[in-house]
Amino acid sequence: MTSNPTTDSSTTDSSTADNPAADNPTAACADYTVGEPIADAKAPAGPIAERWDRRRFEAKLVNPANRRQKTVIVVGTGLAGGAAGATLAEQGYHVVQFCFQDSPRRAHSIAAQGGINAAKNYRNDGDSIRRLFYDTVKGGDFRARESNVHRLAQVSVEIIDQCVAQGVPFAREYGGLLDTRSFGGVQVSRTFYARGQTGQQLLLGAYQSLSRQIAAGSVEMHARTEMLDLLVVDGRARGIVARDLVTGEVSAYLADAVVLATGGYGNVFHLSTNAKNSNATAIWRAHRRGAYFANPCFTQIHPTCIPRSGDHQSKLTLMSESLRNDGRIWVPRTAGDTRSPELIPEHERDYYLERIYPAFGNLVPRDIASRAAKNVCDEGRGVGPGGQGVYLDFADAIARLGRAAVEAKYGNLFEMYQRITAEDPYQVPMRIYPAIHYTMGGLWVDYDLQTTVPGLFAIGEANFSDHGANRLGASALMQGLADGYFVLPATLADYLAQVPSAPVPGDHPELTTVLAEVSDRLKRLLAVDGDRTPESFHRELGELLWDECGMARDEAGLRRALARIPELREEFWRRLAVPGGGEELNQTLEKANRLVDYFELAELMCLDALHRTESCGGHFRTESQTPGGEAARKDEEFGYVAAWEFTGGAPVLHREELTFTEVHPTQRSYA
Amino acid sequence: MAVSGLVMLGYLVLHMIGNLKIFFGASELNGYAAWLRTIGQPFLGHAWFLWIARVALVAAVVVHGVAAYQLSRRDLAARPTGYQHSGARRTRARQSYATRTMRWGGVILALFIVWHILDLTTLTVNPVADPGHPYQNIVGAFRTWYDGGIYCVAMLALGLHVRHGFWSAAQTLGANSPGRDRALKLTANLLALVLTAGFLSVPIAVMTGIVR
Amino acid sequence: MNLTLRIWRQSGPDAPGELTTYQVSGISPEMSFLEMLDTLNEELILRGEVPVAFDHDCREGICGACGMVINGQAHGPERTTTCQLHMRHFQDGEVIDVEPWRSAAFPVVKDLVVDRSAFDRIIGSGGYITAPTGSAPDAHATPVPKEAADLAFEHAECIGCGACVAACPNGSAMLFTAAKVVHLNVLPQGAPERRGRVRAMVGAMDAEGFGGCTNTGECASACPKGIGLNAIGTLNREFLRGGR
Repeated sequence: MTSNPTTDSSTTDSSTADNPAADNPTAACADYTVGEPIADAKAPAGPIAERWDRRRFEAKLVNPANRRQKTVIVVGTGLAGGAAGATLAEQGYHVVQFCFQDSPRRAHSIAAQGGINAAKNYRNDGDSIRRLFYDTVKGGDFRARESNVHRLAQVSVEIIDQCVAQGVPFAREYGGLLDTRSFGGVQVSRTFYARGQTGQQLLLGAYQSLSRQIAAGSVEMHARTEMLDLLVVDGRARGIVARDLVTGEVSAYLADAVVLATGGYGNVFHLSTNAKNSNATAIWRAHRRGAYFANPCFTQIHPTCIPRSGDHQSKLTLMSESLRNDGRIWVPRTAGDTRSPELIPEHERDYYLERIYPAFGNLVPRDIASRAAKNVCDEGRGVGPGGQGVYLDFADAIARLGRAAVEAKYGNLFEMYQRITAEDPYQVPMRIYPAIHYTMGGLWVDYDLQTTVPGLFAIGEANFSDHGANRLGASALMQGLADGYFVLPATLADYLAQVPSAPVPGDHPELTTVLAEVSDRLKRLLAVDGDRTPESFHRELGELLWDECGMARDEAGLRRALARIPELREEFWRRLAVPGGGEELNQTLEKANRLVDYFELAELMCLDALHRTESCGGHFRTESQTPGGEAARKDEEFGYVAAWEFTGGAPVLHREELTFTEVHPTQRSYA
Repeated sequence: MAVSGLVMLGYLVLHMIGNLKIFFGASELNGYAAWLRTIGQPFLGHAWFLWIARVALVAAVVVHGVAAYQLSRRDLAARPTGYQHSGARRTRARQSYATRTMRWGGVILALFIVWHILDLTTLTVNPVADPGHPYQNIVGAFRTWYDGGIYCVAMLALGLHVRHGFWSAAQTLGANSPGRDRALKLTANLLALVLTAGFLSVPIAVMTGIVR
Repeated sequence: MNLTLRIWRQSGPDAPGELTTYQVSGISPEMSFLEMLDTLNEELILRGEVPVAFDHDCREGICGACGMVINGQAHGPERTTTCQLHMRHFQDGEVIDVEPWRSAAFPVVKDLVVDRSAFDRIIGSGGYITAPTGSAPDAHATPVPKEAADLAFEHAECIGCGACVAACPNGSAMLFTAAKVVHLNVLPQGAPERRGRVRAMVGAMDAEGFGGCTNTGECASACPKGIGLNAIGTLNREFLRGGR
């Protein structure tokens, strides 16, 4: 009674029409085959607003007395993982949880600034579950599943209640009620926030609940322990292989189900707003063990980050999007104008967003603002070191509102900018540049958040499910907590209630094999003894991806990348240098091991980007634009989720057709 | 620490006020000293109150000292390996001199209390040693350079100790709040200043010949 | 910039350690302190030497992973996290001492990496509000005065980096514990568990081997999030009210 769609690759039709690589025999790496379509078999039929209730009612329950006997592994302690671990433990399951950080409180959800959306309609401004659902589907450029998004909007309401009960100190009005603001170009005020540290406060709420369960013995917490592989026994996910980062010991952990809450893969680009150690190993290893990877090319670029200051740059820092409400973006009119900004007279400045998009001006969506910045920099009109930046100027706002008002609104952001750049944004314009921020793609999951490996679930940014091709602001926190607190605990019970829980013997051949594979991989990394650091390879891979699979993509560039990545990987295995041993804290080894997976993932991203010859959301193919230079979707051809199956050779594409019965796809226009 | 410290602080304020009677002449001070022995009579016997006060004070000193010892041991154990950086720290040093010297200041004060009792209570080391005539004993003691010197150093240590101690006690007893912080710090400084000045006025007056 | 670094190297928890001297050159003033260490580590790797281990993650001052004592000061000369400290605050030719957090409760794992799990155990002892998922009333059921919400937020900003312990001459964790007590105890949602929370958390703190507080104020001046000493006053008040 497996609920997973049959995906027999032997019936693959290796159609030439669908395979852009087929007519180019030299690009063997860009090869793939097309398998059976895939479908979500879990979302109930019927009116969309009733589906989640129906699914919860139809889901099997686990007798409270039996829950203690069910072990669930949760990997990751961010908003999704922390919430799931705490909730499952409260319900009585035995939870074994992992994080590579030294404490579950440090997961990268903590860095989210803006806020969290919820359809509370506390403002009486016309918001509703239906409207949040609509905005999210439209914002995702019609590449998300309607059932999932509607559920997200429904659950959003409960999240705020839960967080307030935990003591999350959201911003409040003088009357003691919660304050909200509008965010990301939405016309209702539905974003709850805690100054510029909403992610931190929500994560601490989940972390505190999790800590309570750890102290109670209901959660067995393994900090500084990194998942390096998935154990699939008799077709079901039954555990993981993880490395204790302090002792280097590689061990197998067994369970009845495995939940991956390991975040996105933005760090494949090297420079991103992700934390330095965020990585893709858990989801990529799961992919190699049978979980399909959906829409890997859907990556989001955030327009307002602090530009890099030199080759030493190790990561990029995001500045809240709200700055665009009052800041005006411009570059010099002529290329190569290196005068300092105050010496450039008004008529020699190009306020390009206001010029190209008079209706929305500086407030166009993230992807459009990002691409426009890249275009002017490519024209040689970028400012700052290396010409990779544009001005975000508050001079007009300060003149209009007064310095005090600007300070009240953006004081902390200005301070952060000044700390990093040593420039005073009250005096000179800020310099900003787009950076990789979020990945909408991830492991393919059904309505139950289960991957194509039975017993393996993926929640939060690690899955692909709710944001389509583009995520709206303040929706990532919402999705992580919705999955962790409310969705997964219900759907996981259905799985656990139905699977036999015969324990996996400790000497099962699969354990021995996977343990040996993992140890062998680490040993090989240590044995290369070459002359290049992991960091140098990561930097090179990241630059390649940014150039060819970043803000704008075209066939030639993607093919160049697909040709270059295998060369780089070959060089990696020839010239890598990792000092120290495997049986100790070895951060160089950790990094090298993550890189192994980045190379493979980068290839799949490029392949996915190459096959999707339309533009949509964060994926912009220069070949597919409107006469006005905007993204042109091809719904007839690409109105599907691309779920990729790992084969070891050419991957297999499984299409999940998306049907829109509630929201009719339209082309976005901001001109 | 906080409670025993505040008990001693309260005593010191009264002690200091009593001391100032020296400026009104021998009979005033000696009369005051004699009166101290009659407090509570006839309910209490002669000098009973004085002995009760002495027992309470000794208890406070012992509790304060033992607590300080235990706290210090715990604090030293909490950092078995210290920092090796020895150069100056450029900025942001927040601890005041008073705060840094609490431990050694406390040791100085403990030693002084012993000396002070031997000097003016038991008169063991007093150059005059005339029971019943504290005025003469005090003046005699402070005429010697070492006795006056010891006293002056100890009173400076006392001022520093009170300056941090009073505010710290308020903090420990949870009496501090953002609204009160300034007032408490001001009070601590004022107390420290008044006590030091009040106590120092006596030996200085003797050494400069104002009081003979 | 050219700098001389004297960095604490210790290969493991039980191994002896010492300050080891390294020269780094070509350091840009725009680099963060951690990027400067990255530069050193890249050189060490190419020389076949084991790079300096240090905790770091978000590098934007919020995760609390990084932390080292730089020239005797937790997180260095600026009031911020080590990842947000930039080399423009140092002078060319300067000698910089880099040491791990020192506390009996934070044993050294390797080089500049210490084990701060004691903080997690303090939180686990009572630093939460018991609110099982799904049990919450509507978010507007209990209004929270803005002042209380703001006060709670200012103390909830703690990133758990441990600088307060590292800076305290007594190795005390009072500021960390106090920040969480204030955050939760000033909110109406935290009121029912208020007394037990403070007792349990102080008990857990003492059991971890942190030193006692003597109100020196070093913690507050080292705190990158600006959590003030008044939190400790509030903790003490709550503790005395809670009784033993």
